[in-house]
Amino acid sequence: MIRRIIWTLGTLVILLGLNLALPRILNPYLFQIVILCGINVILAVSLNLINGFTGQFSIGHAGFMAIGAYGSAMLSLHAGIGWVAALTAAGVPPGVAEGAALFAALLAGGLLSALAGYLVGLPSLRLRGDYLAIVTLGFGEIIRVLILNIDAVGAARGLPGIPGWVSFFWVGLGGTGVVVLALNLARSSHGRALFAIRDDEIAAESLGVNTTAYKVLAFVIGAFFAGVAGGLFAHYLSYLNPNSFTFIKSIEVIAMVVLGGMGSVSGSVLAAILLTLLPEVLRPVKDYRMVIYSLMLIVLMITRPQGLLGSREIRLGSWVGKLRVARGAG
Amino acid sequence: MSEFLQQLVNGVTWGSVYALIALGYTMVYGILRLINFAHGDVYMLGAFFGLYAAQWIGAADHPTPVRAFVVLVAAMLGCGAVGAIIERAAYKPVRRSSRLAALITAIGVSLLLENGGILVFGPNPRFFPQIVPSSQISLGHGVSISNQQVIILVVSTGLMFALRFIVLNTRVGKAMRAVSHNHMAAALMGISVDRIITFTFVLGSMLAAAAGVLVALQNPKIDPLMGIMPGLKAFVAAVLGGIGNIPGAVLGGLVMGIAEVLVVGYLSPSYRDAIAFVLLIVILLVRPTGILGTQAAEKV
Repeated sequence: MIRRIIWTLGTLVILLGLNLALPRILNPYLFQIVILCGINVILAVSLNLINGFTGQFSIGHAGFMAIGAYGSAMLSLHAGIGWVAALTAAGVPPGVAEGAALFAALLAGGLLSALAGYLVGLPSLRLRGDYLAIVTLGFGEIIRVLILNIDAVGAARGLPGIPGWVSFFWVGLGGTGVVVLALNLARSSHGRALFAIRDDEIAAESLGVNTTAYKVLAFVIGAFFAGVAGGLFAHYLSYLNPNSFTFIKSIEVIAMVVLGGMGSVSGSVLAAILLTLLPEVLRPVKDYRMVIYSLMLIVLMITRPQGLLGSREIRLGSWVGKLRVARGAG
Repeated sequence: MSEFLQQLVNGVTWGSVYALIALGYTMVYGILRLINFAHGDVYMLGAFFGLYAAQWIGAADHPTPVRAFVVLVAAMLGCGAVGAIIERAAYKPVRRSSRLAALITAIGVSLLLENGGILVFGPNPRFFPQIVPSSQISLGHGVSISNQQVIILVVSTGLMFALRFIVLNTRVGKAMRAVSHNHMAAALMGISVDRIITFTFVLGSMLAAAAGVLVALQNPKIDPLMGIMPGLKAFVAAVLGGIGNIPGAVLGGLVMGIAEVLVVGYLSPSYRDAIAFVLLIVILLVRPTGILGTQAAEKV
């Protein structure tokens, strides 16, 4: 218990430290890449819960992200800004007030998206494999077209003026949160149930796993964090456009999950960072960068179809253990 | 009433284009259980190959039916070759890996064709030459059809019957059906599975190329990203009709084309891209195997 508190506090201190340090060390361009890496980590790990852990094939993650982004942005625009003004007038430091409002917005976006995940998860009772994939694809496209047609959220013009409350701390917190949750889930009996469904749904069902409930659960948790990622995205860029949430965005996230290795949390983190950096690194060869990106995707799938890490994890603990053993032996 | 009939004519024309693309999806899915995401981009390549062929033989300046036909055939041959290359270079190596790896490869190929297209053809829309001068034919009751629409209908129907003949009445078609039923058993009966799979890709790509040229006749603005949406929607059409089922793909394409035109005509053009997916979700919830699909028994 004490260990856990120390870990939590340590993580918070590190995040706050980085929060202060990063904007000073990095130029705005690099800082933005770090933030986008963090958001993509959240997206990739949350999709891994659906695709990698449970073996359900979702290609509509951009839709969940869009719901979270627009939901949280609307809350901030219509209520959050007012709350911050009221709180600061009451003597609360602006940083704390903004943090509280952002937290509420992210939570609301996440919950809205989780509700959508529940609604999309329900058809997975009937549909399997490719058919489910197509439904999620359709869902993502429908969300985008709806946003394009709702004038209250800016339609095709986009939604400007969202308060830019997101700092590195919040992205780091979201990323750490989803990673810890996924790792703990993998070790729990619930996680085992998800893996069982992935490996053989019929066998899992015959052993008494409530496959329906677990599949919907995976969708709900995955969608929640995709919504949170969307909220962070909205409150970082201060502007939303439906074109940020096309089918291509879903594909990018899937590429991260598959590249990292289905079911490997650390793999998703690694791949999310790599695939966010890759287009930036390739910027000098601008015309060719997307061609190189797609070629690398194909070559990687041919040479290493199980992804970079397969289903393994990189564990800090095991490294520490190895170091101790090495010292003890020496 | 005459407006409705006019919409119907437009819908059937547009739907037959979807049907041509959907056939490629459904054949590949039937044989490999792979959603070939690059198929929409092959359709785009078809339009561009047609453009270059038209410029090469001067079909733009002196349009004759023979030259238009040559353009169509050239585009189909070019895309057939591209289809074979894609299958051999990208899909064959991942055939034994998980289906997800194959799907990501397909997505990679799709991105490669789109961005390669931007690199080679340029990012701006190009104008497809008028290889068939347009004219309107009146059908009476205020309904009219353009000669280009007639060409689309005639060519696509002809190709569909040709495909039907190949699949049902030739040895290679028999082999295709056998492979789609069971790879192993087909191989044991002496069928070269690899060759049949490549042949399927070639056939599908040729149909997509024809669709590309036919669409370019009517909407002459072509660009390297033009294949994304029609590709997705044609795939939805294939699922709608029952994926893996050839008549289903045609039916799905027609339903999709008509539904889309009706939504644009009577509701709002901005919902055009959504109707396809709404239809899809409704069909999948009511009848998960598609309109003409058959339920395969699940082995436990």
